[in-house]
Amino acid sequence: MVNGLNLLFQFLDSFAFIVLAAAGLAIIFGIMGVINLAHGEFIMVGAYATTLANVRVGLPLPVAMLAGVAVSMVFGLLVERLIISGAVPNALSRRALGRDVIDPLYDRLADSMVATWGLSLIMIQGVRITFGNSLDQIGTPLGEIAYGGFSYSTYRVLLAGVAVGVLVLAYYVFTRTDYGMRARATIQNESTAKALGVDTERTYMTTFAFGSGLAGLTGALYAPTITMVPSLGGSFLVEAFVAVVVGGPSVVLGTALAGGLLGSINALFSNLVGTFFGRIALLVTAIVMLRFLPEGITGYVERLRERRREGA
Amino acid sequence: MSDRRLGRREFLASGAAVAGTAIAGCTGGSGGSDDTITIGVLEDRSGNFALVGDPKHKATLLAIEEINEAGGIDGREIEVFDPDPQSDNQRYQELTRRAINEEEVDVLWAGYSSATREAIRPIIDREDQLYFYTTQYEGGVCDQNVFAVGPTARQQLGSVLPYLVEEYGTDIYTIAADYNFGQLSADWVKVLANENGANVVGEEFIPLSNSQFGSTINRIQEADPDFVMSMLVGANHTSFYEQKASAGLEVPIGTSTAMAQGYEHRRLDPPAMENIYAGVNYMEEVPTTRNTEDGGFVDRYFEMWPDAPYLNEEAETNYFSVYMYKEAVEQAGTTDQEEVKTALESGISYPAPEAPEGEEISLDPETHHVDHHMWVLRADGEHNVEAVDDRVIPETFLTETVGCDLTAEDEETQYTPQDFFEEAG
Repeated sequence: MVNGLNLLFQFLDSFAFIVLAAAGLAIIFGIMGVINLAHGEFIMVGAYATTLANVRVGLPLPVAMLAGVAVSMVFGLLVERLIISGAVPNALSRRALGRDVIDPLYDRLADSMVATWGLSLIMIQGVRITFGNSLDQIGTPLGEIAYGGFSYSTYRVLLAGVAVGVLVLAYYVFTRTDYGMRARATIQNESTAKALGVDTERTYMTTFAFGSGLAGLTGALYAPTITMVPSLGGSFLVEAFVAVVVGGPSVVLGTALAGGLLGSINALFSNLVGTFFGRIALLVTAIVMLRFLPEGITGYVERLRERRREGA
Repeated sequence: MSDRRLGRREFLASGAAVAGTAIAGCTGGSGGSDDTITIGVLEDRSGNFALVGDPKHKATLLAIEEINEAGGIDGREIEVFDPDPQSDNQRYQELTRRAINEEEVDVLWAGYSSATREAIRPIIDREDQLYFYTTQYEGGVCDQNVFAVGPTARQQLGSVLPYLVEEYGTDIYTIAADYNFGQLSADWVKVLANENGANVVGEEFIPLSNSQFGSTINRIQEADPDFVMSMLVGANHTSFYEQKASAGLEVPIGTSTAMAQGYEHRRLDPPAMENIYAGVNYMEEVPTTRNTEDGGFVDRYFEMWPDAPYLNEEAETNYFSVYMYKEAVEQAGTTDQEEVKTALESGISYPAPEAPEGEEISLDPETHHVDHHMWVLRADGEHNVEAVDDRVIPETFLTETVGCDLTAEDEETQYTPQDFFEEAG
């Protein structure tokens, strides 16, 4: 018994969840070569800041969400300066010891994993100590769409639109702005970019803050739909990493295609068999993709293109 | 090179010295001495179960402080060994061994989830350690060392399910967490549905890591039941209630897990928990005199812990079981664990906060379970909680169906409903 509208709404819901969960991670990983295991906790920062701004400060929800994004951007900036690039500790140590103490974690995959994992543990426990085991939660706005015995939350369907908006924004920023050009130049060849006058350190910093801001946006958007506990970021991690792996090297296109593919597989299996099999299908897809398309969808497309160019 | 070797040797020597003092500290400590009683309390204050485990820890300390202020147990002061197991079963195993072998605790309270209990039960049984497990659980543990004093699934679901059949109708849809507690609870729903002339029209098991419920909600709408039985567990699953409210799913829900443990009616924005019926032995809102009067259980708890968010179901179980232990030790005249177990098997009862004035709840000698005073509590559109039904529900699975008798035979088994009921298979 497949109900077409159910399937459509579930697809939009899954698509939004996967794209929004993965967006910030894809940028930080794809552009800077940092595997950010604290990605879930960046989402948590956005969700907590939104909830606190709405429930405790009393800001209206949209303003509170913007506050959530702003807080997570600032937070990302601090993490970048203190831990990822080590710029602040290095400046201090240069003054005290006359040398740097930290090598930046850019393009050091394994090292960045360990560092950000540690960061995530500190953040979860730090939030637990500061704010307790849970926060009062915001209710989901906008009511429901009802259709013949069924209904779906309007807000969650709208999130699919927001997810597309985020993809368009990221595409615009990285292809149509000066900053985007500098960022892509820095990824392709850092020393050449530097020689041509690009301030690569600043580009890294901005990009990390942008990625954190997107993670914060995800937290802000999902804050009215999930339980506010310090470990809430964990529920985004599986989808985020699977989407980045499946998507491949092209950040925006990869995330969009991965969201579409995984979202439809997840929606189909959840709808036909059940939530549990929806998740199994998601992970099986990831395994199959890793086996046959180790560079992800966009990596495969890129290879096809190259082959055609060689053939021509 | 030789420098380095020397360094290593020094390191070993200093390590040995540290270990030596640690051991000395233990034997010199209170361990098994006569003038104090050592209680081990392993309850989660961080990690996945912190939200529900923290009140258990706090209520245990409340009972201990009250007893100490009133002169201790038989004049002996209680000391506490209470490290934080961090919701980690491996850490539970280490700490349980440490509590028994190094701290030599006289009695142990430990663990939130059934998975934790089953992780440490082999250690408990090897050492014959007197152990109180206080969480509501799926039921069926017949173990000479274990006093499982929380209500069982049969007691909890047996209070709320018949009430909802009476109120709303006979078609039930079950959603439950996908591990032993949820699976066995769902079996109990089938058994109880059968006993009450109802039928289960659908069921779904949700992985603990899942926090998105769009398809589950659609599935419930498709089955169109008279009410839903929810045995969802943990922070991720709590998101179900907000999501079903925002999707406009208005079916009544009976539950053994929501509200009483994680106080969702306080944390979520109304009306997410409207028309949810909890079948439990205790919630902060239970309207007994002992619970709500000035200087009652609620007052005393928040006086000791003014910043605590809620006084939950398991906190009360921890609280009254410490008093049951006190009574047993005073009756036995010793903390010798075998003699205390025998005393606990003599028909101990206690005026717990869950029981109305003039009534006590009793510990069943044969099964080490408690005949609880059970309540059905409903949340309204503003999340106010009111009691709609209450009665004493004895533990019947082990006594009547299984025939567990720990006074006659030493057992260390967990029985499941599949072994005894066809419909549970």
